[in-house]
Amino acid sequence: MGIETIINLSLLTLLALSAIVLMRLQNLLAVVLLSGIYSLLSAGLFVSLDAVDVAFTEAAVGAGLTTILLLGAIAIIGKEQTVSRHGKLLPLVVIAITASALIYGTLDMPIFGDPTAPIHAYVAPRYLFQSGEEIGIPNVVTSVLASYRGYDTLGEVAVVFTAAIGVLLLLGKPNK
Amino acid sequence: MSKKISLILRQTCNLIIPAVLLYALYVQFHGDYGPGGGFQAGVIFAAAVILYTLVHGREKAQRIFPASIIRIFVALGLLLYAAVGVITMVMGGNFLDYSVLLHAPQHAQHLGIFVIELGVGVTVAAVMIIIFYALDEYSD
Repeated sequence: MGIETIINLSLLTLLALSAIVLMRLQNLLAVVLLSGIYSLLSAGLFVSLDAVDVAFTEAAVGAGLTTILLLGAIAIIGKEQTVSRHGKLLPLVVIAITASALIYGTLDMPIFGDPTAPIHAYVAPRYLFQSGEEIGIPNVVTSVLASYRGYDTLGEVAVVFTAAIGVLLLLGKPNK
Repeated sequence: MSKKISLILRQTCNLIIPAVLLYALYVQFHGDYGPGGGFQAGVIFAAAVILYTLVHGREKAQRIFPASIIRIFVALGLLLYAAVGVITMVMGGNFLDYSVLLHAPQHAQHLGIFVIELGVGVTVAAVMIIIFYALDEYSD
């Protein structure tokens, strides 16, 4: 077993463990901290998949700032979860249906790392082989994000902007 | 959220914050060559400001980064990004097709990416700071 397999296996095991513990926790403070750990573990997994840009974002946003912002939210709402009085049957049915739909969806997916997968057939070769000539910067991720898919990134920034508007509308104090 | 904070913690944070700010700028302007870009840089910059707010309190932080100005930057970054798109259209290209900005398409792409990444960084940093300020003020 290669060192990479061992790292991947231990990261995935820890991810699954933290997901299970997350479900069972009632204390919101612990939930927030544990979801930060979950993000950090996924960042490690992204690094081992050579997706350093994604890992960087996950570590900075997911493990870093989201945790701080959620802690700020907990300072407002209190750290104990209100126990739900509804029955458990309906949520179980909903989750069972959603999960089986998701698993059914994965049956059509190409095998992990398959070089003939559709995602490697159309634009990806152009991004990899011609972005150096067309865009002229070494980081292909930045070429795709900022130039080829600049319109999508504009949408993402608009989403971030909308988040601020939403929070200010809900919590902001007027005339300051 | 900011109560009395120990001297050691405060001074350690004072040491870290300038380095974090500098690192944010590095990630912002080095995104063409290494991992990083506007999103990550904005978040790291905001993290430094939030750390400062946590350690020194809201009044002191807002003297340096006033909420009224941060609020303007929230929109400014997005507007900068969209403005690049409009300028490329005025210069005869498609929306956000940077190649028309300068004579050499590669240089134009470089310029376009530089400006829109700056827009992304400004908006992301401002949004994160303003959300933290809102939470901080509300929890008092």
